[in-house]
Amino acid sequence: MKRTLFRNQWLPWLLLAPQLAITFVFFLWPAAQAVRQSFLRQDAFGINTSFVGLANFRALWNSPEYLNSLQVTAVFAVLVTVLSMGLSLLLAVALDRMIRSASLYTTLLVWPYAVAPAVAGILWWFIFNPTIGIMPYVLEGIGYDWNHISSKSDALILVVIASAWKQISYNFLFFVAGLQSIPASLREAAAIDGAGPVRRFFDITLPLLSPTTFFLLVVNIVYAMFDTFAVIDATTEGGPAQATNILVYKVYFDGFVGQNLGSSAAQSVILMGIVIALTAIQFRYVEKKVAY
Amino acid sequence: MASITLDKVGKIYAGGTRAVGDVSIDIADGEFIVLVGPSGCGKSTLLRMVAGLEAISEGTVRIGNRVVNDIEPADRDIAMVFQNYALYPHMSVRQNLAYGLKNRRTPRAEIERRVAQAAAILQIGPFLDRKPRALSGGQRQRVAMGRAIVREPAAFLFDEPLSNLDAKLRVTMRLEIKELQRRLRTTSIYVTHDQLEAMTLADRLVVLNAGRIEQIGTPLEVYRKPASTFVAGFIGSPAMNLISSRAVPHLPAAAQAGTIGIRPEDLSVAPDGPLEMEVLAVEELGAQRLVHGQTGGERLTVAMPSDAPLSDTLRLTYRPGSLHLFHPETGRRID
Repeated sequence: MKRTLFRNQWLPWLLLAPQLAITFVFFLWPAAQAVRQSFLRQDAFGINTSFVGLANFRALWNSPEYLNSLQVTAVFAVLVTVLSMGLSLLLAVALDRMIRSASLYTTLLVWPYAVAPAVAGILWWFIFNPTIGIMPYVLEGIGYDWNHISSKSDALILVVIASAWKQISYNFLFFVAGLQSIPASLREAAAIDGAGPVRRFFDITLPLLSPTTFFLLVVNIVYAMFDTFAVIDATTEGGPAQATNILVYKVYFDGFVGQNLGSSAAQSVILMGIVIALTAIQFRYVEKKVAY
Repeated sequence: MASITLDKVGKIYAGGTRAVGDVSIDIADGEFIVLVGPSGCGKSTLLRMVAGLEAISEGTVRIGNRVVNDIEPADRDIAMVFQNYALYPHMSVRQNLAYGLKNRRTPRAEIERRVAQAAAILQIGPFLDRKPRALSGGQRQRVAMGRAIVREPAAFLFDEPLSNLDAKLRVTMRLEIKELQRRLRTTSIYVTHDQLEAMTLADRLVVLNAGRIEQIGTPLEVYRKPASTFVAGFIGSPAMNLISSRAVPHLPAAAQAGTIGIRPEDLSVAPDGPLEMEVLAVEELGAQRLVHGQTGGERLTVAMPSDAPLSDTLRLTYRPGSLHLFHPETGRRID
């Protein structure tokens, strides 16, 4: 790498200033505000603000709704990550065996990524609409009465499918790149060594893909916890009966609809803490098992 | 241990490109066969068809007395050493060696015995618990061979196994492969583009050009009696001089209007020699000196002792009986 030495001490800071300003204004400042807010309580009109210490956090800890939301988020994040990574790996492996039309297939599979999350939510909402949707019609044919408006599990399935679908393109591209960087001769050597296709996949391909898988695991969990807000908002709005009320949606709902800013801020601080902790754990423990 | 028979084997790729055509070779049990030719001549494709990594479009391949055309690579009882070694990077050397045996449900004690034996033969015992990336090129090469020999297969297939090594190591490993094959007496097919490797390793050489066999023979047969101008130019270093017969005076009538081949080492300086060469460039090799020049409009290379006298023009003579005659159109040898 090329190293440049600056004789003037101010120039490097000046050049960094735009990036630092953006980071400060849009990331650090709001995060600090959230932390500050989480220790405060405002009255309904925003006239009086008082410092309440950890009362907001204590209230959350004692709230069954919040604990439910934690649980829903955990289930939701695991399901979205497993489903979208599993499907994209399957698609990527299929593509890796194709010789012709692989680029067309790739192009088509990348499209969902260009769809805005809210639009994706609406799309799946239409497909699974109990009155006008195609899927409930099909499911009725096999004797299943689909209704995500009244059934908690149906609602969760819907938001999981919609969120996972959105992320498949991204995972797929990384898996394809990962697969293509594994030399063909390794799989050939394994074939000669008596490993069948399934065995080769688990003994050779999957371990060599582990850096990609690890990276995607971090990205997907963060995606499921933060970026699925629009999908939830466009489909179930957290219902029915809190069944799809994941943490990030609850932050929005309690803060902007319920106007309970203190509690909302405390929730977002906790959410931030969870994601930081998860990422740290992943880098510390999972990375050790990755075969580079 | 097995013989390998290729009968009119051909490879046509989707789209109609022909990579290999009409190749028939009988390989005896325990024989070391080298497929040699320039890049793109189809030698690797041929090897991969024997291994089962490429479908066979035409003809039949037999290992032992079994036709293997539709048999999976794993069931052909062969082991292959790849150009890039293809060691499993996430497994230790020991696991790399044991993988093929484990897949075949070999008893654990037997696996350990064979791994220990291969490690002893190849002197890789100290590295058994290392990962391949912690090994040098030569050590990786040994592990790749170890993976082949633990399996005790009917045949070894080598796909340019030495081309990723530096020149000095290549010479050492070449010898080791030769000794190993002598010792194990396993039928081997070895692919290379390096004619020196081919000459030194082979019991018999198969020279390939554009997907077809130019000549099959022992290294000395191929060297002494090349079947075509292609073989003449490919085998032997420095390459044989191929010149129009018109450039050489006093030839027998049969050789008129053809191509003449003379090996650089068969030419020597003689004051009354029939050829006069204008010297253009000199390469000193230490023990030998290569003199490049032209005679009668044809390029010519002469190998001579490094103490031989030099001048701008040299008169040359050739060793009696050392001329090779080739047909002017087909390029085939005329005897």
